[in-house]
Amino acid sequence: MSYVIGVDVGSTYTKAVILSSDKEIMGHAMIQTGFKLDKASEKVYDQILKESGLSKAEIGYAISTGYGRHMVPYRDLTITDLTATARGSNYFFPKTRTVLDIGGQTMKASRLDEKTKVKSFRLNDKCAAGTGAFLEKTARYMGYETEEIGPLVQTSKADVSISGVCAVFAESEVINQLSLGSAPSDIMHGAMFSLVKRAIQLLKRVKMESQITLSGGIMRFKTMVDVLTENVEEKINVPDGEMVQFTTALGAATLALQRLEKVGASV
Amino acid sequence: MALSAGVDVGSTQTKAVIINEGLEIVGRSLIDTGANVVQAAEKAYLNALNDSGRREEEVAYVIGTGYGRYKVTFGDTQVTEISCHGRGAVHMFPNTKTVLDMGGQDTKAISVSKIGEIVDFCMNDKCAAGTGRFLGAASMALDIPLGELGAVALKSEKPVKISTTCTVFAESEVLSWLGKGKKIEDILLGVHKSISSRSIALLRRVGLNQQITFTGGVAKNIGMVEVLNENLGMKMNVSEESHFMGALGAALFAMDHIFESRIPVEETA
Repeated sequence: MSYVIGVDVGSTYTKAVILSSDKEIMGHAMIQTGFKLDKASEKVYDQILKESGLSKAEIGYAISTGYGRHMVPYRDLTITDLTATARGSNYFFPKTRTVLDIGGQTMKASRLDEKTKVKSFRLNDKCAAGTGAFLEKTARYMGYETEEIGPLVQTSKADVSISGVCAVFAESEVINQLSLGSAPSDIMHGAMFSLVKRAIQLLKRVKMESQITLSGGIMRFKTMVDVLTENVEEKINVPDGEMVQFTTALGAATLALQRLEKVGASV
Repeated sequence: MALSAGVDVGSTQTKAVIINEGLEIVGRSLIDTGANVVQAAEKAYLNALNDSGRREEEVAYVIGTGYGRYKVTFGDTQVTEISCHGRGAVHMFPNTKTVLDMGGQDTKAISVSKIGEIVDFCMNDKCAAGTGRFLGAASMALDIPLGELGAVALKSEKPVKISTTCTVFAESEVLSWLGKGKKIEDILLGVHKSISSRSIALLRRVGLNQQITFTGGVAKNIGMVEVLNENLGMKMNVSEESHFMGALGAALFAMDHIFESRIPVEETA
């Protein structure tokens, strides 16, 4: 039996998923990308093999994606993250027609046809105010780590408005709010709401259709999903638990499987 | 002889200047603004008084300026920092037609009249790209003090091209260039060039009329001055007091009040 791997080298995290030939997820792994992209992709490979109890010899095909996809030494093929996220979303939710993917340094919305092909997309990778970095910075200004954002924002009780025009200007805004006595949880909630407003603008520009599938690390935060669900009329899907962060790597793996089957058939 | 004071509460630093009736600076101070803006304003003012060796009673009028100008609770009135930078720049360099003020969170291009009145201005109000914060991000990422960035940048012969616009992303771009083995000076010159081209775009929008006076904290950065001069093809005026230009402008406006308040007194006498 042969296996395939999908590797998603993102700006902040590198993720990998191994699929079996009957499309079962055998393992997933994630590490911080850092600045040596090739090293990160090697490291995540070692880690996922260890976790899934497989050896390199058993991996029949590797597809890399994400911003560092060309730096993965063991890749057989590279695909864009838009295609990969579309495929991964389709794996979890076959009725997906729109994908919203928020990463550490990008926000992407894409609309798919019935065959999971990307018909149109819009992205922001120019300005941190519309990306995960905005929430991270807001948390940092108040002395919280990224992992604390989820628990913190769930305790929010009141609305605090954060303008969200610039992740740098947010610092003065946050300090102002703190000095006015606003609770950090409410400020965090305000930051999430401003990010959601930006996401909805992007979704409108690709003419979103039901169903919408969410992807990216931020979607681990239940409040983020709740705020999105409240403000969008279409049906919203979220992969379970931490898998929401692996959709893109998974999509690369599903394509790798298709490739492997083609290669196998032609031999 | 009365004194006047200007307190410029900026996003990053708070500056205070005390002047005498001869319009000479007799005391100055500079501190980090921090979270308590009211306290920062008071402290900067008292430090400047201390520096002048004069007593608080001698100060007849105080004007607050900068983004935290309404937090100068002891001030008599407020004036926008745009007016103050224009006034301060024309006072120092009477032939100034355009002012480039680069601070911690904003960059402003100001076109001024002969007497230092604002004709037009333009600033980055939506985004921190091309401001002092971009240098701050590079300073953090490379662990080099802000004050040394310019000198290091000027050693470069092959600057890298910085492609990010956003200040937040610039920090990771700087680190990724380091990861690719680029020299620190080449990265830093790239950072300076990127800020320079954004500021020149801003200057063009108000008209690039000579002479140009460079004010604000970033004007102390010799690398920034040189890169801007080169890209502009002209030499900007840079004063030793560039950092205090806003506070100086405020103090000059305050002195106007003192002089004006005397007119009716003299008439009745």
